Amino acid sequence: MSETLLSISGLTKAYPGVVANSDVSFDIGVGEVHALLGENGAGKSTLVKMIYGLVKPDTGQMTLRGQPFAPPEPRAARLDGIAMVFQHFSLFDALNVAENIALGMENPPPLRDLAQRICEVSETYGLPLDPDRTVGVLSAGERQRVEIIRCLLQDPKLLIMDEPTSVLTPQEVDILFETLRKLSAEGTAILYISHKLEEIRTLCDTATILRLGKVVGTCTPSETTARDMAEMMVGSALKTPEPSNRPLGEVALSVTGLSVESPSNFGTSLKNIHFDLRQGEILGIGGVAGNGQDELLAALSGETRAANDAIKFNGAAIGQMGPTERRNLGLLAAPEERLGHAAAPNMSLTENAMLTGSTRKKLEKNGFLDWGAARSFAEHVIKQFDVRTPGPGNAARSLSGGNLQKFVIGREVLQDPDVLIVNQPTWGVDAAAAAAIRQALLDLAGKGAAVLVISQDLDELMEISGRFAALNEGRLSDIRPTADLTVEEIGLMMGGAHGMEVAHIEELAR
Amino acid sequence: MDFSSINPALLVAALMVSSTPILLAALGEMVVERAGVLNLGVEGMMIMGAVTGFVVGFNTEIPALGFVAAAGSGALFALLFGLLTQVLLSNQVATGLGLTLMGLGLSSLIGKPYEGMKAPSLPKIDFGPLSDIPFFGRVLFGHDAIVYLSLGMVAAVWYVLRHTRIGLILKAVGENHDAAHSLGYKVVRIRLAAIAFGGACAGLGGAYLSLVRLPQWTEGMTAGAGWIALAIVVFASWRAGRVLVGAYLFGGLTVLQLNLQAAGMTAGVQYLSMSPYLITILVLVLITSGRFKGAHSAPASLGRLFEVTR
Repeated sequence: MSETLLSISGLTKAYPGVVANSDVSFDIGVGEVHALLGENGAGKSTLVKMIYGLVKPDTGQMTLRGQPFAPPEPRAARLDGIAMVFQHFSLFDALNVAENIALGMENPPPLRDLAQRICEVSETYGLPLDPDRTVGVLSAGERQRVEIIRCLLQDPKLLIMDEPTSVLTPQEVDILFETLRKLSAEGTAILYISHKLEEIRTLCDTATILRLGKVVGTCTPSETTARDMAEMMVGSALKTPEPSNRPLGEVALSVTGLSVESPSNFGTSLKNIHFDLRQGEILGIGGVAGNGQDELLAALSGETRAANDAIKFNGAAIGQMGPTERRNLGLLAAPEERLGHAAAPNMSLTENAMLTGSTRKKLEKNGFLDWGAARSFAEHVIKQFDVRTPGPGNAARSLSGGNLQKFVIGREVLQDPDVLIVNQPTWGVDAAAAAAIRQALLDLAGKGAAVLVISQDLDELMEISGRFAALNEGRLSDIRPTADLTVEEIGLMMGGAHGMEVAHIEELAR
Repeated sequence: MDFSSINPALLVAALMVSSTPILLAALGEMVVERAGVLNLGVEGMMIMGAVTGFVVGFNTEIPALGFVAAAGSGALFALLFGLLTQVLLSNQVATGLGLTLMGLGLSSLIGKPYEGMKAPSLPKIDFGPLSDIPFFGRVLFGHDAIVYLSLGMVAAVWYVLRHTRIGLILKAVGENHDAAHSLGYKVVRIRLAAIAFGGACAGLGGAYLSLVRLPQWTEGMTAGAGWIALAIVVFASWRAGRVLVGAYLFGGLTVLQLNLQAAGMTAGVQYLSMSPYLITILVLVLITSGRFKGAHSAPASLGRLFEVTR
């Protein structure tokens, strides 16, 4: 590991109004697993895009094995042995696995030979994959396998992985790590981007920490606590959310035999879901993305209708009611996608406050809108939830992800819901904002509201929810108290490893 | 009524001729849409092809040159759309509609001096004794080069989309332009090429109208053929083979209803005139529903603007 593979020195990249990377330098050795840590907006993605040739640095040099390295485009980077697994998969839903892989290769063999090689490599690394399947029907874990195999087929020297585990079950994560360790043992360097600190502690040899585009520290993850690394990322001490110890009340929301057909082609239908949600309780629903989370939120919020008796709110059947009627009763929801679903990107925060608050906050009288009241409601949300914005007149899209998420969650919490359903409340939100949102949800439950949190962040669910269940292919697992759950049990509830097996690299060596 | 006046061989042969403009335009538009671009300017590109083809063919008296010029002018006109939508990021629907309006106006300006004149005729290809085979001789071996070219292009487009890397990249760009970009494909360039190809096809189709079918220049002579081509692309669910079926079905019904009218069928002439539109849409809807439903839907990036972000 003494030999340096890639050396980065003084890389700077500025965009209008923001410096994404400022004088970033570090080295990656041959076979080293190097973590790149940082909050959202710290400049991790820009940095790896420069290595992969998608973005050109303003100043600074890179050297690869001692040679100057400045890829003008991804093609050149790939030819030099750089491969990348993207955070938002760069896959094509309507094409099959082999076609997707061919698109990421420089000189792909004919499709039939390629299918053969995909089978061989997937066998060797324990990542089973059928080359003829359409990518649109694959699970998130399987899609990631497509990306990884696409990289492996090119015999990479440096594999860049951008947040690879956010979509995997714990078992799948273990198997992925096993594969990565084998790769590293073969001499492939891995640049691993994540903000899951425990994972980095188990996997990575060294870590470089970025904050606001600058390198603020390096450490050996196995010898540093997760808390220390988090505080280096954030630059300040972190507050851990505190639950209240309020006894649970009556059943507020009761779901029995809920089955809903998914409206989209590649969606997941809900199959016979049962659960009760009590006042003062937070029920966490985990599961890998695409297993019915969006559909569950839509069915509960009223965006899609269900059988009338399947959903009962304080004993009254509401399955056929629309979102506005449900909001009137006190059942509110905040969906996952901030821009375009939870908030209208081009509308101001006042207008967005009006959109969901009009009935409960009485912002509407006889069909006329009370903009003054809407504005003060928006200001109230901004103040209570510490949303960083010049004012309620700003468009939703101008806010950063974390700030908009605080606004979206705050807007619902401040309408005093009896039942609140949130999907991915802290997705893509930095640690400080995530802690604030979690605390707000805990406080809401402390006041006697029932809260349903759908999330893919298991640490989050373990931290705030009293009971846990997992969605797997549209079915809900048994509901278990979180206190006595182990990671293995959670993984099994989430559907296990979807047929993955640990890499048997020996076959490759033969 | 006298149905004996309708000769099946002539009917089929006429059907192929009458369908060719729509087939060419629809095939080109299908490629454009597979690359993720919605160009509603097909009608405008066709009529620009029609007028250019006629003017060049008339002045040089070489119809082949007319077709080449028509393809060129269609492609150029389409690239105007490409510049606006791909480089300057204007709205595709509005730009496409503008292209149609502009094409209709510009073509009537260019074509004004040529009204009422007759185009040089495009010779039929001589297959010798083959064309004497009863029925098939007339149907298969009695056409001009463009009819064969159009059929060849259906096969070529099918093959390219299905079996070549270029086709795969084109589909990838239409499916997810962000992913294609992050893999290093030149989304804008690929789309511009597709748009130019679509324009050239539409131009050829238009020239076939003014040089072979009528053959003369009349203002607004495409008469909605471009819109039919657009509809056929959608109902054919973006597949070359079904575009052929749709275009021939529409052309066939048009020829048939004209023959029926000529044969003396007087009841409900309006319904007869309307029938090609109705039946084509009905049949294509039936093809795309049922068993094939969802198996092949629109390119996911169709009509979406592509902007390079960081």
